[in-house]
Amino acid sequence: MSAPAIELRNITKTFGSIVANKDICLKVNRGEILSILGENGSGKTTLMNIIYGIYYPDHGQIFIDGKETVIRSPKDSYEHKIGMIHQHFKLVDVFSAAENIILGMDDGERYNLKKSTEKIRAICNEYGFKIDPNKKIYEMSVSEKQTVEIVKALYRGADILILDEPTAVLTPQETDRLFSVLRKMKENDKSIIIITHKLHEVMSISDKVAVLRKGEYVGTLVTKETNETELTEMMVGKKISLDIDRSDPVDPKERIIVEGLTCENQEGVKMLDNVSFTAYSGEILGIAGIAGSGQKELLEAIAGLQKINAGKITYNNPKTGVPEELRGKTPRQIRDLGVRLSFVPEDRLGMGLVGNMDLTDNMMLRSYKKGKTMFLERNEPRKLAKKVVDDLEVVTPGISTPVRRLSGGNVQKILVGREIASSPTVLMAAYPVRGLDINSSFLIYNLFSEQKEKGAAVLFVGEDLDVLIELCDKILVLSSGSVTGLVDARTATKEQIGLLMAKNAEGGERNVG
Amino acid sequence: MSADKAKKAHEPLFHVVKRNSMPLWKAWLIRLAAVLAALVVCGIIIVTVTGENPFAMYKTMFVGAFGTTRRRWSLLQDLAMLLCISLAVTPAFKMKFWNIGAEGQVLIGGLATASCMILMGDKVSPYVLYPVMIITSMLAGALWAVIPAIFKAKWNTNETLFTLMMNYIAIQLLSYFSFIWSNPKGSGKIGIINASSHAGWLPQIGGNKYLFNLLVVLAITIFMYVYLKYSKHGYELAVVGESENTARYAGINVKKVIIRTMLLSGAICGIAGLLLVAGANHTVSSNAADGRGFTAIMVSWLAKFNPIFMILTSLLLVFLDKGATEISTTFSLNDSFSEILSGIIIFFIIGCEFFINYKIKFREKAKPAPAAEPQSVEKEGEGS
Repeated sequence: MSAPAIELRNITKTFGSIVANKDICLKVNRGEILSILGENGSGKTTLMNIIYGIYYPDHGQIFIDGKETVIRSPKDSYEHKIGMIHQHFKLVDVFSAAENIILGMDDGERYNLKKSTEKIRAICNEYGFKIDPNKKIYEMSVSEKQTVEIVKALYRGADILILDEPTAVLTPQETDRLFSVLRKMKENDKSIIIITHKLHEVMSISDKVAVLRKGEYVGTLVTKETNETELTEMMVGKKISLDIDRSDPVDPKERIIVEGLTCENQEGVKMLDNVSFTAYSGEILGIAGIAGSGQKELLEAIAGLQKINAGKITYNNPKTGVPEELRGKTPRQIRDLGVRLSFVPEDRLGMGLVGNMDLTDNMMLRSYKKGKTMFLERNEPRKLAKKVVDDLEVVTPGISTPVRRLSGGNVQKILVGREIASSPTVLMAAYPVRGLDINSSFLIYNLFSEQKEKGAAVLFVGEDLDVLIELCDKILVLSSGSVTGLVDARTATKEQIGLLMAKNAEGGERNVG
Repeated sequence: MSADKAKKAHEPLFHVVKRNSMPLWKAWLIRLAAVLAALVVCGIIIVTVTGENPFAMYKTMFVGAFGTTRRRWSLLQDLAMLLCISLAVTPAFKMKFWNIGAEGQVLIGGLATASCMILMGDKVSPYVLYPVMIITSMLAGALWAVIPAIFKAKWNTNETLFTLMMNYIAIQLLSYFSFIWSNPKGSGKIGIINASSHAGWLPQIGGNKYLFNLLVVLAITIFMYVYLKYSKHGYELAVVGESENTARYAGINVKKVIIRTMLLSGAICGIAGLLLVAGANHTVSSNAADGRGFTAIMVSWLAKFNPIFMILTSLLLVFLDKGATEISTTFSLNDSFSEILSGIIIFFIIGCEFFINYKIKFREKAKPAPAAEPQSVEKEGEGS
């Protein structure tokens, strides 16, 4: 038997203290499709970027056709006939498909668009692609753009194709078409690595499945010999007990009622589709889902930062008892209504804080308007900054240090500290413990539990199912912008949530557990 | 053997690492070293190209800038004008609004001043004339700046191109009015306005022509320092400059801030035009701003938008300019040579910021290549 087309041995990559990949081993033969399966942050994309030469691994070796190979840059990977189709396409909008395909290619031949176009047509006929080489990229649909990317890789003679979540942007019909093309490539002895979260796609397309979990390699299975349940278990892992204190909700009342919420992004793709749920005071509502299932849009819609196409968001003011409609209001208008809504966004330094400003100035980001004069009042923020530093044990040279100089965990403590200081009635947080060490994470969990006991409605978007199950009271599961389930966190299992996360919204009924 | 070679080759020769922070004294030491290095490089060029003594040339620069009382006052006047325009563009750039239209905003402010002086100069009392001059010049500058701002806020047009184009409109308008109001008639130039009555000329303090301008600019410097550091407006524009997402999150009306900031920026440019026309030149022409609208951008960035530091950076640029002119006359070289020297010095000063913000790490086992620098020893790195 010949050597595998590509083999990875003990690949390890760390970013600072975070281990993105640890001792990963993979093997793909010629004419084989390997799926890489894993939750968010399990290191799939990092691994693919290593193969493609965007990152260089700290340890480990890559073998191509049995020979050890060093891939330092995407150029090296081209030379080893590796092609990558990124999640976000790398095409020049104003160029035609053919121009994009030959762009930057140095095959020693003169620039000859006509000849290249013929070659592109030949590739298209061989695999059954349908694209017009002369069409400009900006006139193309997402699926056409993806096709251009694939043809680009093939045109350059790629034998090993890596596709990073290729189906995330496709309709089911387009996915089927893509898969039939992939199967044809497989017949032509190409090796394909496909990253996906969707279990049914793994089952239908791949020969083997490699599972990653939290940067570690769990194992490789032959697709025919496994099933979705086994894969989910491998992906989410055994339940780990975290010992998070969880009190029972006291006197829960309807605080935020979301009805039929629908949001579209700029391309008109529905990021949220008819989402309805209720968040109660004194409860933590966990929101689970694969990255990009609409979690960000959901929180931003409630915070007044996202354009809403349809639906209602009602807030029941606990002081006055008056229901207020939040849709169509700016963050300032929401605050002026007396809604004490705190929001810890996912993008800490790009949205929640100003990196170049010091702790004091960041403390007043949401309250700087206070006071009647045109001058800033820095005494209160300064006191608050000191208090947050003391209470949350922030490691910083002082309160006049720019926030960007602090480590990730400390940045997050500043942000959460500020948001909690306003004694919110609604507290929303997106991935608040991402990149944080265990101690800081627990500190954040405890702060959220404290807010819940004080009667706030807490919305917690998380990626670690163990945490969601132990911290939250209820868990709402989103998949591709739709609600696929609402479960009681006290009785739910990881497998149950994992399956809901991977579920196709169209097919499934709403599961209530 | 070949595999071994390939492994060695994987790590690049050196890579650039962002520094966390650097003590202030060390940063200034680097800047000082940069100036010295620039002088050495200039010296080499002076000797090889002209054969002159570089020290004599540096001395000439000082004499050119500070040599006589008249020169010192002229230096201060140029410093004040450059600083004023720099202060004007600072809020815009701090908001990351690339206002390269200060030139036009100053010109149109100057034109507005001149029009008041010409049309009303001898007809109304000074108590009416001065307020009208001040208001029209500020309004004109603000108008020139706010048009691109509105388009940016409403339709997200590119402010760089827009403000640049506004410069050309201002220049053409000035040429047109230079013809209409030419004095003597037909010369195509506006001569000294109200040469006999001095109507609309800014007052001289203690018989000094430039002192009034200096005081006005000093007041604007203090105002701008307070505005940027202690006012809510200053805070808002800093947040918008850092990230529009953060600004929206904080409930800041981004459009309003853009428009308001540009109104201010343009109004101060208008004042600069007023000072130039009514305070110093008493005439106006299409090169009245003399490229300061662009130099001001450099002053502002070099000082990291701190109005107090901007006094130093504008002094540096004005000094180089004056010194360079003196060199070319004393040593009978052409202008280009002195501009080369200024260019080298500015290049080093700007370039040294790189070494303040980043450090260069060399590969651990550097091969006997140009990389054999002392730094390569202290590198810890991974060496497998």
